[in-house]
Amino acid sequence: MNLRDYLFPHDLEECLAALSAWEGRGRLVAGGTDLVANLEYGKTQVEALIDISSVQDLTGFDIQEHELVIRAGATHGRISAAPRIRQLWPALAKACGSVGSPQIRNVATLAGNVVNAQPAADSAVALVALGARAEILSTDGRRVEPIENLYQGLGKSTIDSSREILVTLRVPVPAEGEVNVYGRVSPRNSLCLPVVNAAVSLKTKGGKILSGRIAMGPVSDRPFRPQRAEAALQGMALEDRKALNEIGRMAGEEANPRDSCLRGCSDYRRQLLRVLVRTLLEDATARAAGEA
Amino acid sequence: MMKTLTFTLNGEETRVAVEPGELLLDVLRRRLFLTGTKKGCGEGECGACTVLLDGKPVLSCLLPAMKAQGRVVTTIEGVGNEQGLHPVQEAFLDKGAVQCGFCTPGMVLSSKSLLDRHPKPSAEEIKQALSGHLCRCTGYVQILEAVMDAAEKMGRAKPVNSKQ
Repeated sequence: MNLRDYLFPHDLEECLAALSAWEGRGRLVAGGTDLVANLEYGKTQVEALIDISSVQDLTGFDIQEHELVIRAGATHGRISAAPRIRQLWPALAKACGSVGSPQIRNVATLAGNVVNAQPAADSAVALVALGARAEILSTDGRRVEPIENLYQGLGKSTIDSSREILVTLRVPVPAEGEVNVYGRVSPRNSLCLPVVNAAVSLKTKGGKILSGRIAMGPVSDRPFRPQRAEAALQGMALEDRKALNEIGRMAGEEANPRDSCLRGCSDYRRQLLRVLVRTLLEDATARAAGEA
Repeated sequence: MMKTLTFTLNGEETRVAVEPGELLLDVLRRRLFLTGTKKGCGEGECGACTVLLDGKPVLSCLLPAMKAQGRVVTTIEGVGNEQGLHPVQEAFLDKGAVQCGFCTPGMVLSSKSLLDRHPKPSAEEIKQALSGHLCRCTGYVQILEAVMDAAEKMGRAKPVNSKQ
């Protein structure tokens, strides 16, 4: 990487000041596993990297009364290994544990995965199903947006990390009867992007589904939510296997996966989605029935 | 503008002048002549360049060297030497877990990191810990056996050769 400077601000104010001083030619780096590869291959050009790893306010995560607050420096490794996260947000823990390899997960951050905006990003698919929001800070102020609103075309985030900081990711604490699951299909278990992946989050009560969110990737330029399939979940009985199968089929039909020499043809991937979403719904409804 | 990188490398305080955008892999190999760390794919897919950062395996080909500032780095040179091998290295030799040797430094470091944290791992935990390493020669079975063997031996006697 050809850089003019590498900076370690100590707090958020210094971060914003460094970004302002470099006037768009500096960029924030957290784990850097994607950014460094892009810089090495010349896909991205910057003059300075502003490393957030010394910013105390940006390390780790907290489980508060109503939400899980994941700060920008929290790695996939820490999130996937945290017992409380595995218990309350198994979709997120499993998705984070599916990214890259142990060495990558030890440095790569969840916030970085969101800003990188790759449609295959396992953890972003889980975050969208969980209804997570991102808190973004710039010299203009603070904004909070749903994760699915942060995409503008393939691999392009609305967050400009040469001017803005994704400070926290906020995931609602599941209420009683709420369950979430994640799954992926890939040729290998590690060091492998998914052929398809999906996450499901259901609100249930009295043996019925009140509402549900389904997110799938990489079938669009962002984690894709099949609206018809989600609508069909409402009011469904937990043990209605036939309906689950039908919703899996709808989700597969609504998605538009590309033909890919790496991931397989569109029809094949649609079939995989149908089975994956059905399997996840079966898992989620069994969990909800078990909890009731 | 060169930067001064100060870190603990294989147990010794180390200061080295680096370019702001230099990768840890290149600093180790080209500036510090520690060529035990290998460059395989150069894009984070193979694990050959693995080193330990604060005891955890990371990929030095994707790590800006400046990220090691103030931290503790262990390379294969800090694990054992010809006079005294680490039990993991002994086990790799005993079990035939080395052929061409290119993946071996990374494999040994990830294994050491695992055993430092979990002295009695299951076969599944070992596979998971080594899942970020590709080996084109051995077929992995001997590597798994070697780590299990090392765990057993280290359970009986504390290692004496490791600097970290």
